[in-house]
Amino acid sequence: MTRTDDKENRKIAAAKKMRDIMTTYYLDALSASQNNRQVAWITSGGPVEPLVAMDIIPVYPENHGAMIGSSKMGEDLCSKAEEMGYSTDLCSYARADIGCAVVQGGPIGGLPKPDMLICCNNICGTVLKWYEVQARYYDVPLFILDTPVCHTGYFPETAAYVKAQITEYIGFLESVTGKKMDMDRMNQVGHLSLEGQKLWQQVLKTTAHKPSPMSAFDAFFFLALIVTLRGTRTAVDFYRELLTEMEDRITRNISIVPEEQYRLLWDNLPVWHRLKWLSQKFSDHKACLVADTYTSAWCGAIQYIDPENFLDSIAQAYTRIYLNIGIDQMADQILDMIAFYDVHGLVMHSNRSCKPYSFGQMDIMNIVRKKAGIPVLMLEADMVDPRSFSQSQIDTRIDAFMEIIQHKNRPHTRVGPQTDTGRKAGAR
Amino acid sequence: MISAGIDIGSITAKAALVDDGTLVATRIIFTGYNPAAAAREVFAALLSQTGIPEASVRRIVATGYGRASVDFAHKTLTEIICHGAGAHFLDPDVRGVIDVGGQDSKAILLDANGQVENFAMNDKCAAGTGRFLEVMAQALQIPLDQMGEISLGAETPVKISSICTVFAESEVISMIARQKNRRDIAAGIHISTAARVASLAGKIHLGPPVVMTGGVAKNKGMVKALEDRLGYTITVGAMPQENGAVGAAFLAAGI
Repeated sequence: MTRTDDKENRKIAAAKKMRDIMTTYYLDALSASQNNRQVAWITSGGPVEPLVAMDIIPVYPENHGAMIGSSKMGEDLCSKAEEMGYSTDLCSYARADIGCAVVQGGPIGGLPKPDMLICCNNICGTVLKWYEVQARYYDVPLFILDTPVCHTGYFPETAAYVKAQITEYIGFLESVTGKKMDMDRMNQVGHLSLEGQKLWQQVLKTTAHKPSPMSAFDAFFFLALIVTLRGTRTAVDFYRELLTEMEDRITRNISIVPEEQYRLLWDNLPVWHRLKWLSQKFSDHKACLVADTYTSAWCGAIQYIDPENFLDSIAQAYTRIYLNIGIDQMADQILDMIAFYDVHGLVMHSNRSCKPYSFGQMDIMNIVRKKAGIPVLMLEADMVDPRSFSQSQIDTRIDAFMEIIQHKNRPHTRVGPQTDTGRKAGAR
Repeated sequence: MISAGIDIGSITAKAALVDDGTLVATRIIFTGYNPAAAAREVFAALLSQTGIPEASVRRIVATGYGRASVDFAHKTLTEIICHGAGAHFLDPDVRGVIDVGGQDSKAILLDANGQVENFAMNDKCAAGTGRFLEVMAQALQIPLDQMGEISLGAETPVKISSICTVFAESEVISMIARQKNRRDIAAGIHISTAARVASLAGKIHLGPPVVMTGGVAKNKGMVKALEDRLGYTITVGAMPQENGAVGAAFLAAGI
């Protein structure tokens, strides 16, 4: 088999379908006003299901930010925001979005103008100010869902506080649209959301197989639907198909990384502008990033969702997501993943943009080294802004990390030709 | 068996020869703009210095930033692994290496077998590297190799608050303008650099016995500032700059 044939054989067929779905989704969103439909901008961790139930098109500035990063358009758009006076220390999704709103640039010429903004602070605090800025810019109503951080658990006060806001949220949507929420439709969407999340979880779990049928780099791509079309039949059907393809790859022993030898876990958002380079870099070391903490966040709160009592249960499900819990709980989840996916090492992206994700990584690194005993690599970069990425430094770090993993997994090899009699080897 | 290590750094190219577990000789030249040519040149110089014919060298490992350009090497390894190996072979008791080179600084934690347990490297910034010291020596108009000695005579080291090399340089220039003592400025520069490097050591819980390698290890003022900051003694071998090449040569014997 030639190299090209081999590459072709390893390709995931569902990728094309996914691209088509995303194109349709964005075309629908961009032409919403012509079709008398409303558009809501919503944060990636926000409760989207009520929007879907009310036939409002949800649009995600963060997903758009990922597209801007992947198309390597982040630097220009971030610079635009910096010219407007925003700090380089501000999240690059926020900078890219703010810049893009003004110049209508980026890979799809900017997002459709919103009719309302829905901001849930379960993922970070930056979104509050970011959405306030956009609400002023577009002069549209903004709904803020405040989800307190659950450092150690979920308490009755928190439950009552968030539930009350979910009720307000429905009231907000009814007032902006001038329509009543159809509760039967809401329930239907709730069921589809849960089903989609369960399928996404099953897809992610297929990578426990050795060799892994897909990598975290694929998960970063396939994630788009569970974010943007959560609660729709489209997402459910797509993930069912993707799951079938993964199961088929497992049966036929098709791995995404040729001759997979090492399995790694990724933490934090992807470096969207260097996905291909990073994927190739790890693949050259016969290493597959089999799982990550990021894409699993969209199925991490399944246990709290009650499809029969959806709206009440999502108060808890949206509050107890990965980024809104304590460091100890995050470390526990990472340790569970290390065991489940049986990985040789952990790669942490210290993401200059994402403070809540990157803060605490040193502690998690120490916990993982102590409890799991595997090497941990810290890479400093940024999800969208390429100015925070130094290729030669990252190259050396990855090579050194892989050398450590290779040494650790060759139990009988010691460094060099050292013997008991040869210990004074050097001339000093 | 004779093996060689070639370490192509941002400023200097180093080569080492090892024969059956014993270090034979080392060589250093400036890298210049062509790392591939520097690799061939330093290797040829080392061979002619020792009289060992090239054909006798059975294995070659290249390391350092220019490692990929050493086309005659059998294998490339990162400087992290090589510095760890070099330090271990020169002193098997060593558990930590602090390497400060021209464009990066790193802390390396070793296990009892000399294998790298963990490492930390400087962020995308010149602070805490040899380049930082070079810029500061220029601003102070003292030769780089005398900066350490001069700083040891300091009475009240100045405080450099900027982390950024460019801003720190302005800070130093303004201190010169205010007629601050050179010795005190030089000592302040070392203290500031040592703080950056010590944070790398702290990140990976480095503890003694620690050896310092890289060109900056030849600066006595830096070593003292680091020791003060870390609270323990650091040893510097006879050939701190060649340590990576020495490690590469020892590792080459095992491939």
